[in-house]
Amino acid sequence: MPDFAGFALTCLRGDRLVFTGLDFHLAPGGALVLLGPNGSGKSSLLRVMGGLLKPFRGELRWGGARVSDDPDAHRANVQYVGHLDAVKPVLSAAENLAFWAAMAGAADPMARARQALDRLGVPHIADVPGRCLSAGQKRRLNLARLLAAPAPLWLLDEPTVALDRAAIALFEGMIADHRAAGGMVALSTHTDIATPGGTDLHLDRFAPGSGHDDDDFLDEDGEENAP
Amino acid sequence: MTRFLRLVGRDLRLALRQGSDATIAVMFFVLCVVLFPFGVGPEPNILARIAAGVIWVAALLASLLSLERLFQTDYEDGSLELLSLTALPLEAVVLAKTLAHWLVTGVPLIAAAPLLAVLLNMDAAGFGVLVLTLAIGTPILSLIGAIGAALTLGARRGGVLLSLLILPLYIPVLIFGAGAIDAAINNLTPRPHLLLLAGIFAAALPLAPWAGAAALRQAVE
Repeated sequence: MPDFAGFALTCLRGDRLVFTGLDFHLAPGGALVLLGPNGSGKSSLLRVMGGLLKPFRGELRWGGARVSDDPDAHRANVQYVGHLDAVKPVLSAAENLAFWAAMAGAADPMARARQALDRLGVPHIADVPGRCLSAGQKRRLNLARLLAAPAPLWLLDEPTVALDRAAIALFEGMIADHRAAGGMVALSTHTDIATPGGTDLHLDRFAPGSGHDDDDFLDEDGEENAP
Repeated sequence: MTRFLRLVGRDLRLALRQGSDATIAVMFFVLCVVLFPFGVGPEPNILARIAAGVIWVAALLASLLSLERLFQTDYEDGSLELLSLTALPLEAVVLAKTLAHWLVTGVPLIAAAPLLAVLLNMDAAGFGVLVLTLAIGTPILSLIGAIGAALTLGARRGGVLLSLLILPLYIPVLIFGAGAIDAAINNLTPRPHLLLLAGIFAAALPLAPWAGAAALRQAVE
C-alpha cells in the first residue's frame, strides 16, 4: 500500500487564505484527525486531499508520485463522505448504495449494498425509499458507501453528525478494520472518535498570522455547514 | 463503459419514478404548438406555411424547460461531488446525463411532432424530414443546453440565465432544422440542411461534454 502525503499546502477560498505551509503524512494503516476551530480549513483540506479543490500552492504525493500528474487516477483511491448525504429520495436505500458500488466497479453491486447495510446495523432500511429515511439513517447509508465502494483512502468530514452512540461504536470498528487492512483515514470531527495511534493535525497552527479576525472565521463556518 | 451505462440507467430510473420532467416537456411542446392556430387564426394555408418553424421553436423551448434541472439535483444533494470522484471522467458524466436527458425529453418530442404537423396542416412531404431533423437536432439541443446548465449551476435564478445563455446558440439549429423541412415541402432536396445539422451534432458531441465538465469542476470546487 502506498502512503499519502502533502507538502507546503496553501489553500485559498475566494480571496481568503485558509491555511498555508501545511504538511501532513499518512502511512498505510494511519489515521489523521483534523482539529481546529470552525473555519480553520478542515473541510477545505479534506477537499484538497480528494482532488475536489486544487491547492493554491504545494503538492500532494500518493506513494511518491505527484497527484497533480494524474488526478483521474487519484480519484479512484478516494472515498469521500461530506456534509451532504447524496441520497436520492425516489431510490431505495439499497438502490442508492448499489449505484455507488457499481460506479466503483463492484461485480455484484446489489449484494454488496445489502452486505454494507447489514454491517451498519440497518438491514431493514434496504427497501425503504430515500425520502422516508431519518437523518441518522441517511448518514448510516452514506457511511455504508465506504464499505460498498471500497477505496484505500477515506476522507470523512464530520462523519458522526446525526449518528447515535451505537452507530458511532460501529463506525469506530469500521475504521479500525479499514486501517488493519492497510487503509488510510483522514477525518475532521468535533466529537470524540476513537482512532488509536492516529495523528492529530491542528489546523489553527497553519492559519496565516494565526489568532486574528475571529468574525471572519465564524462567517466561513456558516457557509460551510449550510445544508 | 459499464459505469457510463449505470449512470444513464440511474438517471432514467430517477426520471421515470419522478415522472414529471418528461411529461412536462412534451405537454409544454404540444400546448405551445396548439396555441398558434388560436393566435394567427385557423387559415390552413398560413398554418401550413409556418408549421415547420412553429414546431421547431416549440421544441427548442420545451427542451430548455427541463434543462435547468439537468445537474441541479445532483449538485444540491452532493451526488455531483461524489460523481466527480469516481473513476468515470467528468466529461463522460456530462455525456451520460445528457443522453439520459435526451431519452427522457427529446424522444417524446420526436414522437409527438408528426401529430402536431397534422394539426398545423403541414404538407405530408415534410413529415419524414421533420422527424429526421428533430432526431438529429434534439440531441444537439440537449448537448448545448448541458453546457449552459453546468455554467449556471449554483446561480440564483439559474433558469432565466440559462435561457439567455443558450437560446442564441440554438439559432443555427433552428435555421437548418426548419430550413430542411421547408426545402422538402417545396420539392427541393433537404440534404444540405441535414448535412449541416449533422455537422453541428458532430461538433457538439465532443465539445459540449468537455465544456460542461470544465464548468462542473468550477461548480464543485
